[in-house]
Amino acid sequence: MTRGAAIPLWQRKSVHHMVLMAMTYFLVLAGLVVLMIPFGWMISTSLKTLQQAFAFPPTWIPSPIRWRNYPDSWNYMPFTLYLRNTVIITASSMLGQVTSASLVAYAFARMRAPGRDLLFMLVLSTMMLPAQVTMIPRFILFKYLGWFNTFKPLIVPFYFGGGPFAIFLLRQFYMTLPLELDDAATIDGCSRFGIFWRIILPLSKPALGTIAIFAFFWRWNDFMNPLIYLRSQHLRTLALGLTYFRDETGQTMIPWNLLMAVSLLIALPCLLVFFFFQRVFVQGIALTGIKG
Amino acid sequence: MQSRSASVARPRGRTRPRLTPRAREAIEFYTYVSPWIIGFIVFTLGPLLASIGMALTNWDILSPAKFVGLGNFQRMLTKDRLFGTSLKVTGIYSFAGIPLRLSLALFLAILLNQPLKAKAVLRTLYYTPSVVSGVGVALLWMWVFNPDFGVINFLLAKIGIQGPGWVYSKDWALFSLILMSLWGVGQPMVIFLASLQGVPQTLYEAAEIDGAGTWHKFTSVTFPGISPVILFNLVMGIIGSFQVFTQAFIMTEGGPSYATYFYVLNLYYNAFRDFRMGYGCALAWVLFAIILVLTLLVFRSTAVWLYYEGERKR
Repeated sequence: MTRGAAIPLWQRKSVHHMVLMAMTYFLVLAGLVVLMIPFGWMISTSLKTLQQAFAFPPTWIPSPIRWRNYPDSWNYMPFTLYLRNTVIITASSMLGQVTSASLVAYAFARMRAPGRDLLFMLVLSTMMLPAQVTMIPRFILFKYLGWFNTFKPLIVPFYFGGGPFAIFLLRQFYMTLPLELDDAATIDGCSRFGIFWRIILPLSKPALGTIAIFAFFWRWNDFMNPLIYLRSQHLRTLALGLTYFRDETGQTMIPWNLLMAVSLLIALPCLLVFFFFQRVFVQGIALTGIKG
Repeated sequence: MQSRSASVARPRGRTRPRLTPRAREAIEFYTYVSPWIIGFIVFTLGPLLASIGMALTNWDILSPAKFVGLGNFQRMLTKDRLFGTSLKVTGIYSFAGIPLRLSLALFLAILLNQPLKAKAVLRTLYYTPSVVSGVGVALLWMWVFNPDFGVINFLLAKIGIQGPGWVYSKDWALFSLILMSLWGVGQPMVIFLASLQGVPQTLYEAAEIDGAGTWHKFTSVTFPGISPVILFNLVMGIIGSFQVFTQAFIMTEGGPSYATYFYVLNLYYNAFRDFRMGYGCALAWVLFAIILVLTLLVFRSTAVWLYYEGERKR
């Protein structure tokens, strides 16, 4: 990135170029300001008193700054319980997705068998299938199995293959690892699983990390599946709990200050994961176009 | 050791199976892939077939299903007036929203592809809104769109404009959701940015020697260079916007006056509120057909505008 910036700016068709660059900076920064307004508004509201949130004209900087909104909103809904539920569902489905997809992808990348390519096409074609088409019979299946109102429908399916995106991404990654490594290991008496466990897996940490991060975002923010499968209040996830927040506070006016505080708390893990792993993340999206 | 793992896959008693290495490899392959195959049959293929059958019935789970043939599809066209509404709402959202979102994404990607300082930081910040999806975002935008105390009308008032009712107004609600979808522009932008970096610099230099201006360079170098990615973003955009649910469910519940009554919202209400399981399945199949047809049309149209580098090298 700096390579381009170092030489040309003032050497080339100077004035014209400078104006163009200035315009570019202006547009990019202006767009950024517009994009950040909702975030700013969220933070601002989350630190106001309710009266201040409904004051007219509104202000950007709350006075006094009310940090108490954060513990208050935590206690308004059973946040700890919902957090626990969300963590259980997210962590166990992530584990299933990563382990399952890594094994299936290994087979697709490294073993030859009749029907393999056809099967892989089938894996990819399931990407095109909208979830709504199988949603209702799946619901009935899980209800019949007695899994309705449990975490199982939100976890168990991920242990069966881990989904087409994960399989595809991992397979593509494994394909870039040189076959000579496998051959050398085979000569040393390594079994197929040994090759996977000792060679492929350790080398695939970046790809596995990408899958894990995406899985985290999907599960953490998932709304429709918990909405369909979880009925009891004590099973709710954070996303689901948030929808009932208005009712649970028992106020006639929506307490927007607390609602913004709790929304921010729920978004925080996603933001932190994103900022810490943003390079892995952005590369993963660019490579596969996976939806976040 | 190898034969041991093979005998795990297909136990054949005590005798050591006499298999060629190829057959052994095939057995191992299917052992490794079996979780996916089982999952596919149980969670995808089975439900898919069941869904076809269910779409031909009236079923509320409690009483036995009643076979109605194509009655459910007839119902969409004749009885269920909300079907047409939901189709219109989703159609407008897609046909207005996708081009807007993609052209903005491409424009921003081109800007960020210039030799700017702190490019990585800018890219990260632009992507940030896409990270926080779901219920929290829907609630945030409800507050942002608040006609009396929201930030948009507050800012509009500062420049002397009386803002509309946004999601709370029947005329503005759908437009508001389109506007809100632009907040996630960082998603396609990042994909465009990656593909822009893949366009060979030499082509730009060649075009410059030929005296091409900025616009000409865009149409004859940039656009062809990234056209496969435009196709990708277009298809993903169609699939995504026909499945909009959370925003509508949380923010408007389809209102006001069904102005944001999206297709999947209609499906959800039918299946999981009114327990019309058969009708819900029929709706899902129509959704699938629409997405499929639109995707095929887009693919068809690519003959005109899509350009693969591989073809040039003939």
